[in-house]
Amino acid sequence: MEILMAIVIGILFTCATYLMLSKSILRIIIGTGLLSHGAHLLILTMGGLKRGAVPILTDKIQDYVDPLPQALILTAIVISFGVTAFFLVLAYRTYQEIGTDDMDQLRGTKHNE
Amino acid sequence: MNNLTILPVLLPLLTGIILLFVTKSIIIQRILSMLSSIIGIGIAGTLVYNVSAHGIIALAVGSWEAPFGIVIVADMLASLLVLTTTIIVCAVLIYSFYSIGEAREKFYYYAMVQFLLVGINGAFLTGDLFNLFVFFEVMLMASYVLLALGGTKVQLRETIKYLLVNVIASALFVITVAYLYSVTGTLNMADLSRKIAEIGQPGIITVIAVSFLIVFGMKGAIFPLFYWLPGSYAAPPIPVIALFGALLTKVGIYSIFRTYTLLFYHDQGYTHTLLGILGILTIIIGIIGAVGYWDLKKIIIYNIIIAIGVITFGISLMNEQALIGTAFYIMHDMIIKAALFLLIGIMIKLTGTNNLREISGLIRTYPVLGWSFFIAAISLAGIPPFSGFAGKLLILQGAAAESAYLGMAVVLLSSLFVLYSVMKIFINGFWGEEKEYPKKDIPYKKLLFPAVLLVAISISYGLGTEFVYPFISQAAETLLHPDIYLDAVLKE
Repeated sequence: MEILMAIVIGILFTCATYLMLSKSILRIIIGTGLLSHGAHLLILTMGGLKRGAVPILTDKIQDYVDPLPQALILTAIVISFGVTAFFLVLAYRTYQEIGTDDMDQLRGTKHNE
Repeated sequence: MNNLTILPVLLPLLTGIILLFVTKSIIIQRILSMLSSIIGIGIAGTLVYNVSAHGIIALAVGSWEAPFGIVIVADMLASLLVLTTTIIVCAVLIYSFYSIGEAREKFYYYAMVQFLLVGINGAFLTGDLFNLFVFFEVMLMASYVLLALGGTKVQLRETIKYLLVNVIASALFVITVAYLYSVTGTLNMADLSRKIAEIGQPGIITVIAVSFLIVFGMKGAIFPLFYWLPGSYAAPPIPVIALFGALLTKVGIYSIFRTYTLLFYHDQGYTHTLLGILGILTIIIGIIGAVGYWDLKKIIIYNIIIAIGVITFGISLMNEQALIGTAFYIMHDMIIKAALFLLIGIMIKLTGTNNLREISGLIRTYPVLGWSFFIAAISLAGIPPFSGFAGKLLILQGAAAESAYLGMAVVLLSSLFVLYSVMKIFINGFWGEEKEYPKKDIPYKKLLFPAVLLVAISISYGLGTEFVYPFISQAAETLLHPDIYLDAVLKE
């Protein structure tokens, strides 16, 4: 199971890298989204994917899945959500002010100095 | 008494939250943030005193003992860095009062500075890797806002780049934490150190160590991960650059310092050699930039990169003298970089340009500015009575003990080029024919006060080396012997 997850996460990272190397800001933001998905899935996988009950304390259950990675992911999701929201608004504002979404034109030319 | 440890994080957090409610009144914002930073200096001073008297203070948050809960650990290095940070924020706040402008002040500028301080102090004091990540994000989020605040075209453009680089670095941080968790099963730094010592650093741990180097190197701008820094740091207004240049990169370097002395010190052959080589290359890149530019901001920004290189090289040596020297050098560099940015900020305000070729003869009208800049410049280069000397001397002695002669030569030569680059500003900007500038009405004396204050602190830091030395050697003691840290945190 872990091997399958590792391959899927690897594909996510590949797509994220490819998208982040493109010119359009929106593609880059989609790339960061995929990158954070990959990172969160990786925490889950690295914590171990053994079979067990959900980590809610109930009687008569011996095996639980590891609760720590889930807490870490929850924290990381909220943080990347906040950062992505800021990034989207920033891209929108830049589009309004400078009038382009092409990273090649955001180089520090006279137009946007 | 132990709760003192968390006050440097709680105080700015509380102040920041209160400041969110009083954005209409600039006067109240200024009084509150000033008051908070003065109390903050008091708290940080007490913390340094307590740590020097009683050794490392570890606070288990919520009484869940380590390694199960989060611990806040104040060792000497962290406390000293918290003290330095608070002093710099105080000085930059005074400078902001007269330069940042009403529009920014009404839109949460002071609150964001407080949140930045929360992130930085938290990152220095935490004893838990994931908590370090969270404090990094607190610091970075505040820095994104400070960088973009004002919304000029150049700021928007550079914020996009800065944000993207840091999003990638943060994702890599999470990934690396996940790897380390799957190998060791813990996130508490002391417990990690113990577990890594038990398994004796196999290959996978070295891979993780290099991943951490990439993550923290991206935050701290070491070669080849420095490329985002020159553009991003030239964009925002001067007080924000002073905060970033003095504090943000140093948090990345501090994290390398912490992880490479506490966690990954068993197999130094690969990791520490890599660190040393990257440090030397960073110095060379910084020199090329600092010598090449005729732009005031860019010269000082490339000087940050040189200092990062020197510190990285110092960490890589891992002997007593080098670590003491590096700790000395970090604090000197934070103070002097903040002072230099404030000083060139005044020059830019006075002349209306940051092109050095268009400035000359300032010393006739502004002698205090000129001589403060001169002192700051020679302190930066490390001329003996001033503050940069002791740190570099100890790093060089440490390098000699390890027979790292190439590194020694580069560090020595770098001092020469640093001196050349800042003297270029002094000679071209202050000497020569006096020019007519469009006389702008700026509060020159009020702006000068915090800069002179920082220069004075830096001078006393240089002259009072004997007084500071015991504190710093205590800091290096903990770094050299991780057992002291483990005993204080795990309390077995």
